[in-house]
Amino acid sequence: MTDFLLYALFGGLGVALVAGPLGCFVVWRRMAYFGDTVAHSALLGVALGVLLEINLSIAVTAVPLVIALGLVFLEQRGFLSLDTLLGILSHSALAAGLVVISLLPDVRVDLMSLLFGDLLSVTVNDLWVIYTVAAAVLLLLGTLWKKLVNITVDPELAAVEGTNVVLVRTALMLITALVIAIAMKIVGVLLITALLIIPAATARRFTHTPEKMALAASIIAMVTVVMGLALSWYTDAPAGPAVVLCAALLFTLSLGLRQKK
Amino acid sequence: MGSTLISLDKVNKRFDSHHVLQNISMQLNQGEITTLIGPNGAGKSTLVRIILGLLTADSGSVQRGANLSIGYMPQKLHIDPTLPISTCRFLQLADTSHQACHQALDSVGIGHLAATPIQKLSGGEIQRALLARAILRQPNLLVLDEPAQGVDINGQNALYKMIADLSKSLNCGVLMVSHDLHMVMSATDQVVCLNHHICCHGRPEQVTQNPAYIDIFGQTAIYAHNHDHQHSLHGEVLDTDGVHQHGEGCDHD
Repeated sequence: MTDFLLYALFGGLGVALVAGPLGCFVVWRRMAYFGDTVAHSALLGVALGVLLEINLSIAVTAVPLVIALGLVFLEQRGFLSLDTLLGILSHSALAAGLVVISLLPDVRVDLMSLLFGDLLSVTVNDLWVIYTVAAAVLLLLGTLWKKLVNITVDPELAAVEGTNVVLVRTALMLITALVIAIAMKIVGVLLITALLIIPAATARRFTHTPEKMALAASIIAMVTVVMGLALSWYTDAPAGPAVVLCAALLFTLSLGLRQKK
Repeated sequence: MGSTLISLDKVNKRFDSHHVLQNISMQLNQGEITTLIGPNGAGKSTLVRIILGLLTADSGSVQRGANLSIGYMPQKLHIDPTLPISTCRFLQLADTSHQACHQALDSVGIGHLAATPIQKLSGGEIQRALLARAILRQPNLLVLDEPAQGVDINGQNALYKMIADLSKSLNCGVLMVSHDLHMVMSATDQVVCLNHHICCHGRPEQVTQNPAYIDIFGQTAIYAHNHDHQHSLHGEVLDTDGVHQHGEGCDHD
């Protein structure tokens, strides 16, 4: 087995590990569209990174974080519903990204790898970034877990009982944006939401506590990465879409199980 | 009368140009049940949210007692069916022990549903689970927003009796938004009628609970108050007879 395949495997496993629990919150809080918004804004990050000559990884991470903060702010004002806000932010960021890219005639942005991910080009440096972020995200999730579940169940009850809802919600938005930014390398802008929601939805079929669902989603996501890489290796299919396809396959199989209540 | 838990003085709240709460002054006391009534859109929920600390008033003061701890029972509970959570676990989110949760569930009569997913409970059972969570941390003020919504008539009676009993054993104050005055009035110490301003308040009178009586006179006729003015659909005060006497707490012209 060659090095690049090992890097791809460990990169994918690291992202899958955190995508499990975070994906559960995306499903529970009906934030699937949030993933798309953050991913679309990453295109603007790439464009701005090239334009301003800053490190692309930093630009691709910073812009989604700013968009996530903007979303928390706008949601707090509460004059438009969340899906309308997401639609405005998502497509404004996408349009801005496309316009800025068109203004850079000499630069060729590798749109294909941006849209579908480039798992097989993961480097040792990428692995460091992925596992540092994964460790930080897991630590935060572990610390805030109870509060996160509480504000997901009923934010007003949580607030009356003394939870700082805005702070916890902001933390969740920021770590979701962060994980999406690093996971884009794996499955790309178009398919990122799938890696978050399909393993979580599959895990729901046979779990009955929030913790077990999060753990099961992690394991399913990791199995999916291994299956997707194998599929990609033997058929020459692009790795990102292959991973998502395997996730969809596992979900389809799980439909045969009786759902735990 | 027990000590004052929370007191509001000339509280005002606007949403854009809509003056939702106008010069609200009221007190909630330990061991006393206050029922808040008023038409839809009268500002009841806004007032409750200010008392809970979920909203801040534009002007006026809200004084909270030093040892105030609030148990809140919201109108409804929306939990996405994809979130697997048992009734017992739902209570434990309020940061208490397994044992305390089972005790609270037992005290509202649904101890046998501890392991059931909360989404599978019936309307009446969900209200009881919410009540159990509200009393879980031994609050000295219970805030109940239309506690019997979506519960059948028999269940409503049982639920209101339970609330009265629990508040007595906890010796806490209760603020309840309710339209079922014919059911709650025997246990209510103070009725506050809200329509953006406090129209009137006072003790409910012990009158007949005959449904025909209520049909003819309407619910507002069954408790003692001096309703000295009429409201338009927008809640503005209409002068019906040209001589308008203001009730206590009315500051409008």
